[in-house]
Amino acid sequence: MSDLLIIMKQELMVIVIIFFLLFVKLGKGMKNETLLPLIQILLLLQFIAGFFFNQTGQLFGDMFYTNGLIAFEKAILSFGVYLISLLSSDWLKQSKHMPEYFMLMLAALLGMDLLISSGNLLMFYLALELATIPIAAMANFDLEKKQSSEGAMKFILSAAFSSGILLFGISLIYGITGTISFAALSHQAVNSTLLILAFVFFFTAFGFKMSIVPFHLWTADVYQGSPIATTSFLSVISKGSVAFIFITILYKVFGQSETVWYWMLVVLSVATMLIGNLFALRQQNIKRFLAFSSIAQVGFILVAISGGYVVATSAVVYFILIYIFSNLAVFGVAEVITNATGRETINDYKGLYRTNPFLSWIMALAMFSLAGIPPTAGFFGKLMLLTAGSNSGNFWFILIAGLNMVISLYYYLIVVRAIFMDKNENPIAPIKISVMAKYGMILCAAGIILVGLIGKIYEYIQSLI
Amino acid sequence: MNQTIQIALIPLLPLAGFVLLSFFGKKYFGKNSGLIGTAFLLASFILSLFTAYKYFSASVDGHYSSAIALKYTWLVFSDKLSIDMGLYLDSISMMMIVVVTLVSLMVHIYSLGYMKGEERFSAYYANLGLFTFSMLGLVLSSNIFQIYFFWELVGVSSYLLIGFYYDKPSAVAASKKAFIVTRFADLGFLIGILILSYSAGSLDFNTMIHNLTSPESSELKTAVSTTFLSVSAVTWGGLLVFMGGAGKSAMFPLHIWLPDAMEGPTPVSALIHAATMVVAGVYLVARLFPIFSLTTPIVLEVVSWVGAVSAIIAAIIACTQTDIKRVLAYSTMSQIGFMMFALGVSKYGGEAGLGFTASMFHLFTHALFKALLFLGAGAVIHYVHSNEIKDMGGLRKSMPITHITFLIACLAIAGFPFLAGFFSKEEILLAAYHNSPAIYWIALFTSALTAFYMFRLYFSIFWNKEHTTHEKHHGEGPFVMMLPLIILAVGAIFAGYIPFGKYVSADGAPLASHFKISFSILPVALGLSGIAIAWIMYKKQNGLSDKVAASFNGFYKTAYNKFYIDEIYLFITKKIIFNLIGKPAAWFDKNIVDGIMNFTGNTTEWVSEKIKIVQSGKVQQYAIYFLVAAVVIAAAFIYILK
Repeated sequence: MSDLLIIMKQELMVIVIIFFLLFVKLGKGMKNETLLPLIQILLLLQFIAGFFFNQTGQLFGDMFYTNGLIAFEKAILSFGVYLISLLSSDWLKQSKHMPEYFMLMLAALLGMDLLISSGNLLMFYLALELATIPIAAMANFDLEKKQSSEGAMKFILSAAFSSGILLFGISLIYGITGTISFAALSHQAVNSTLLILAFVFFFTAFGFKMSIVPFHLWTADVYQGSPIATTSFLSVISKGSVAFIFITILYKVFGQSETVWYWMLVVLSVATMLIGNLFALRQQNIKRFLAFSSIAQVGFILVAISGGYVVATSAVVYFILIYIFSNLAVFGVAEVITNATGRETINDYKGLYRTNPFLSWIMALAMFSLAGIPPTAGFFGKLMLLTAGSNSGNFWFILIAGLNMVISLYYYLIVVRAIFMDKNENPIAPIKISVMAKYGMILCAAGIILVGLIGKIYEYIQSLI
Repeated sequence: MNQTIQIALIPLLPLAGFVLLSFFGKKYFGKNSGLIGTAFLLASFILSLFTAYKYFSASVDGHYSSAIALKYTWLVFSDKLSIDMGLYLDSISMMMIVVVTLVSLMVHIYSLGYMKGEERFSAYYANLGLFTFSMLGLVLSSNIFQIYFFWELVGVSSYLLIGFYYDKPSAVAASKKAFIVTRFADLGFLIGILILSYSAGSLDFNTMIHNLTSPESSELKTAVSTTFLSVSAVTWGGLLVFMGGAGKSAMFPLHIWLPDAMEGPTPVSALIHAATMVVAGVYLVARLFPIFSLTTPIVLEVVSWVGAVSAIIAAIIACTQTDIKRVLAYSTMSQIGFMMFALGVSKYGGEAGLGFTASMFHLFTHALFKALLFLGAGAVIHYVHSNEIKDMGGLRKSMPITHITFLIACLAIAGFPFLAGFFSKEEILLAAYHNSPAIYWIALFTSALTAFYMFRLYFSIFWNKEHTTHEKHHGEGPFVMMLPLIILAVGAIFAGYIPFGKYVSADGAPLASHFKISFSILPVALGLSGIAIAWIMYKKQNGLSDKVAASFNGFYKTAYNKFYIDEIYLFITKKIIFNLIGKPAAWFDKNIVDGIMNFTGNTTEWVSEKIKIVQSGKVQQYAIYFLVAAVVIAAAFIYILK
């Protein structure tokens, strides 16, 4: 029992918060103004808990296992949720259904935590569903907007479709090998035709969740329709969690079949970077722009994943940590602006620097970090990804990735240019930023600057593997 | 004061200025921002002079050793491989900190007058501080990764400075171009760093150089035997690193950003495009010179030819430009070409290492007179409110100080005897003469062209027509703008007398001066004839005013002279040099080199236009694509693997 409490402490705490919110909602209710800080404190506690009493262990047979690295990955996700609760505080406070929104988000977080910890295919599938379905409801949370419902609908349909294929793949795997345990599967090489088919079907679920080309088509529409809090959750937390488990599955479960998936990764990574970049170039809506740019970022993550378990894990965990700070900062600024003015195209951002210097600097810093320009943390993140990828000695691949980084630089600069240099007759008026959002942005900015410069963070991640 | 702190303060003081001004500049300091920035830089300059003096006066038997004053380990990969931040002291880094702080200080002082009244005055000074900090961090790097870090920071801060006039669309476009073109080169640089550091098993300059040059090191053997496309890994590393250097230093064909970058404020051009950022590539090659020279002579060969081609192409184009800053931009490119090929023809150590010393020497003197030229050009632009040569002329009386200092700088760059540029250029030519005759002749021709286009500029600005329109104009500029001109002019005259070889050489051993009158006769004669041609062509206007003057002096005589001499010069220069060489060169530059860049951009746009149909917004279609993709991937793998 005490084992359970310690090993599952992060999940249990999430469950406690969900039930707490449920009781608040069922009871007399609380004003959003008082409830929100309370939730944030609970989230922070849950985040901090990830650094104490970590031990390696498994539960429920081999369903659930954890170790220091997994606890740290979960802590990163929790911190992301905490940041979203800060950055979206204005939008959340206005909402009549704030407790429900948090319940959904935390349920999805719970799913992701379980996903990272899953030890067999059944647990994996259940956790993946738990991590997906609440997001559809979250996407629909701008209740009065038709676009929001449309996005949610597209998401749930695509998710159901992907889930079907995944289940097909899992059934085939079980049918051929007679096991669903990761440990048992790891002795099984993917060698028969049927098993390759099963593996590819299994793989598409990752493709869907991480928006790998060609499984990315839903991304832009859903990102655009959803409230920004949901979009940022989808693009950062959801992707991060799937990337973590993806590495584990590839190397720990299908490690014997590296020849099968290595070239698949390379081809899809190149396609993902290219398509993400090409589409990002022409977007006007900031959310669509971020959707495609985050697709390109996933391509870079795949570069690192191809490099080998140890380097891939350290590089991807490090990158996701940085990516959370950078991308959430961008979403945070976009959220504040959309919330205050309803404007969300890049043209609207022209001349922003004249009226809102604080938002502009945060945005510029985050864009530089996403583009991977030193001395921001994003540069170190990208560097680690590329170094990890070059571990396999495929230098053409690294060169293509590098060229794509230069292309991506171009469109990130377009936004910076719009903000700082372009003129606008009718710029966005000065916006008053709430203390919480401001605090969240400053946290992000600090992360963008410090995570790169403090080498100890990367060494800590390496020590966990 | 502790030596480490003292050296660390050199880059940190400008950084402190940047932080102070960017956070409190506009609110609390306003017009005093400039003075505050200048004060920080003055302190930094004095410290670097002091540090350099101490370094150069502490030699052992005339040898200078290198030392790492401060080392902070940033990231440990393994026992051997770590990323450090440090301060590296050797003769070239000491020389560079003096050059950077000196020119930056001059620009700071000059801008007090030039940028006075600008809306974002304090932001301008903040950016200058950031740039100076990055540049100092770059030259003091002890680690190739650190150099990359500051390399990029220099890029970012120069982006801010070039784009300072963000109201001007051309300035914005230029800053973007500079940023993106150099980023392409930097990508090569980064990959080069990864290859070199992987081969050497270290990122540290000292260890890297040792591991890749000493014949018994096992890393060297592996690096030479590992090949890709039948070129060894270490050569690839060297080539790619040089690509980074070529991008920053505007070497052909990565030079296209430099002329456009002239859209920035003129003092910024003096800082970035004369003395600091653009010579970073030269500095990088010098920094890794032992590897290039001892292990990968092929790379050095490439360096010398890229340098020589850049030098001559830029000089030819400079003859055809009418924008004063563009002439100076191409001239900078040409002079950096000199420095590059000087490094390229050099050997490691001893007499044959003259090229290395000469290159560094030229970097030093060039910084002085080119900064002076830019600042002088700034004063002229400030005065006539135009960049075009045709709007200038006859300014020598209204701008006496600018006129004299500009003349000194022109003479110095043309290699007029006993001025700074003469000594350094002679050394370069001598080095080329001994090692690569073909490059020597190119260099000789280029230096004659240099004299011609510089004096074309000089005569067009200060002589040519007698100006009347500006008589009621304000003076030539406040004292703060004239002071840097005078200081730099003194430098441009006397810097050549420094026994440079004693202090700076490839292997640290002193190198005697190689000055020989007999060798100098040909280059000087060519330089003087270049000046003479410019004098005949541009001292007076060849238009209506000339004819009026001619009618008084005797029409026939003038016509006679013009017919036989002027016309020949005109034919040679205008017809042959301009039309046959200059114009095609400019055309090639504009259409082919630029065109390839634009083509890349347009193709990208076109492709993304075509594939957007897939992104239709229909969820049923998405599902079909999804399924098709899954099946295709599965089929492909089954086909490949079975």
